[in-house]
Amino acid sequence: MKIQVVKLSGSQSLIKALQNEGANVLFGMPGGANLPIYDELSKSEIRHILVRHEQLAAHMADGFARVSRRPGVCLATSGPGATNLVTGIATAYMDSIPMVAITGQVATTSIGKDAFQECDIVGVASPVTKYAFQPTDPATIPSTVKKAFYIAASGRPGPVLIDIPKDTQTAEAETQFPDTVRIRGYNPVVVPDTLQIEKALDIILKAERPMILAGGGVAISGAYAELQALAEALMCPVATTFKGKGVFNETHPLALGPIGMHGHIEANRLILEADVLLAVGTRFSDRSTGKVSDFVPKTTVIHIDIDPSEINKNKAVDLGIVGDVKASLRALLEAFMRRARRNEIKKWSERFQEVKESCRNEWHVDMSKISAISVLKKLREVLPPDALVTTEVGQCQMWASLHFDVIEPGTFYSSTGLGTMGFGFPAAIGAKVAAPNRPVLDIAGDGSFNMTEAALATSVLDNIPVIVVIMNNTMLGMVAQWQRLFYERRYHGVKLYGVPDFVKLAEAYRAQGLRVQSIDEFAKAIKLGLRSDIATIIDIPISPEEDVFPFVVPGTALKDMIVA
Amino acid sequence: MSSVATKPVPAAEASDGSKSSEEEETSIGRQAGRSALETGANEKKQARDLVYAIVENQRGVLHRISGMFRAKGFNITSISIGESSSPDLARMTIVPKGDEAALQLLVKQLQKMIDVIEVGTIRPADAIERELALVKFETRDMKSKNEILELSNNLGARAVDVSRDSLVVEFTATPERIDYFINEASKSGAIKEIVRTGLTALRKGL
Repeated sequence: MKIQVVKLSGSQSLIKALQNEGANVLFGMPGGANLPIYDELSKSEIRHILVRHEQLAAHMADGFARVSRRPGVCLATSGPGATNLVTGIATAYMDSIPMVAITGQVATTSIGKDAFQECDIVGVASPVTKYAFQPTDPATIPSTVKKAFYIAASGRPGPVLIDIPKDTQTAEAETQFPDTVRIRGYNPVVVPDTLQIEKALDIILKAERPMILAGGGVAISGAYAELQALAEALMCPVATTFKGKGVFNETHPLALGPIGMHGHIEANRLILEADVLLAVGTRFSDRSTGKVSDFVPKTTVIHIDIDPSEINKNKAVDLGIVGDVKASLRALLEAFMRRARRNEIKKWSERFQEVKESCRNEWHVDMSKISAISVLKKLREVLPPDALVTTEVGQCQMWASLHFDVIEPGTFYSSTGLGTMGFGFPAAIGAKVAAPNRPVLDIAGDGSFNMTEAALATSVLDNIPVIVVIMNNTMLGMVAQWQRLFYERRYHGVKLYGVPDFVKLAEAYRAQGLRVQSIDEFAKAIKLGLRSDIATIIDIPISPEEDVFPFVVPGTALKDMIVA
Repeated sequence: MSSVATKPVPAAEASDGSKSSEEEETSIGRQAGRSALETGANEKKQARDLVYAIVENQRGVLHRISGMFRAKGFNITSISIGESSSPDLARMTIVPKGDEAALQLLVKQLQKMIDVIEVGTIRPADAIERELALVKFETRDMKSKNEILELSNNLGARAVDVSRDSLVVEFTATPERIDYFINEASKSGAIKEIVRTGLTALRKGL
């Protein structure tokens, strides 16, 4: 092990350690308790992207991480700066996104004294982080940073917090920068057990109606090619969870799209017909399964996940395999190639193609009129397949899940676990920072966009142009839909009255604001946005009465799906 | 498997640590021992195994682990923690509540924690289980004082503080024997305070 010893302040060590980890972008906001870090940051090569609210910094780091598959880094001050990060940290935690969140803290001499802008952020963040550090000795900062990046990015990824007291930032110490760290209580299993893989294959080869359920773990491990190869080798249809949307080309003949509360009709129907389900990188969330006791009750379920605590947590399975999704799918594929014999599944192939076609024909889309569906179908036509798409949360998100087909795997990002409104726009900015040469677009609603619209300042001033499509129904549409369906249309607290005017808002931030009144105008606006070097906000009025269907009402089973 | 009742006197080395909770719910000792960490849900089947965890002996570990129990909705009967054979490691003994599936999830969640080095379960038949109780009695007359002292003597408990009208008894034993002692002794003198450490255990043999 190569060790350099130098005398550095805590802040200097932090910056150097971040650079050692390859962190060359940082989303943040300064404040009293992180000023020493900012002072060192100003002297470094690290690109600092200023936000107007710390939550946006966390979402940007999240978007950056989803695209680059490296930990995103965000920085805030103590107290309110730190607590403002929490929603973004929790969002990343629920979606298993690698992130390193750094907060300033009041000086060690003030901790516990209820000092100005003091908050026990380690205590606050513990339940929504993989780990939270509070180094109080500047000499430990390099190893802390190294551990933080290692924990955040390995195993089942997640956010890690480093809370650094102000006097630790300024104190100097003889400091070593280790090349590696060892954490004795943390040894994630990556390689799946060979015997278990063979067992899984035995079950799959005997299946008459096999199906793959692909979750977000496929995206996290970057196993798109392995998934496609295995599905094609087995001639096995692929449904996804919502988090897994787009890990498999949705225009592929074997693709069924997402299952779940607002899943594709064909996916929700066919998954109940499968006799063997190979579930990879999913936690069987309630949103995917509906009433879990009625979810594939007679199907033989094989579950592959890197997190052992997910096996048998939500869904009791027949065979659990702990391992990285990519490594496991590759092992399955290799094992399959060694064996030749399998059950004939021609009947099943015909069956799923038939169901798929009949379900697709259930949608009657009038492309001459503006609706959420026509907007998203047109968007797919106009947008290049390699464009990165984020979504906000609510109706816009579920419509995107249903009507926007992802072609290139791994180009669709949404807050699927925590369901954080306002995620999409700052995440799009983070995505654009990670992939500056690709178009990035946020599918939004008026309610969600409102929550984090201050990210416009960052987008414009830091030259990070993204497109936002606001399907504007002047409502908190999903809540309104529930009030319509379950509360006899007693609307309360859902009307937004078209305030603010998003075109004027965009202009106020020196961005481009466009309001469109037809599908043709919309297509033109997208093309304009794709060529633009500043953020483009497209406001497209849609009916406040349009519902998202199909719908599996919470507490009911997938078989009880309401189609319209 | 025989269920251990509160009467008669359980053997010093109870071969089965399973607790029939309904009966014990009535004993003062159980209630006192439980009040701090349980949320009060009554489950049908008691997990019989004990869980031990070797954890990093550093600031915040107990917070993380108890926070995980709360966040995941695990109920436990008791938790005890202390330094282990190595000063940088602490050893926890957890008496879980809930069925076998809940026990499995609890073990997996503990294993997942970065501060946790090792997790294991101990079957009661393989376990040496001990708990320490300190019990303070109000003893207004010599008769009650002598009765408690005699009971203590018979069970292997000892008086550690004696004053004119009070008595503190220390008793290290299995939880069942402590329950028994408390129950019997309360007939001779009014119990003013009880403190119990919660169960701690080691596996027998090497």
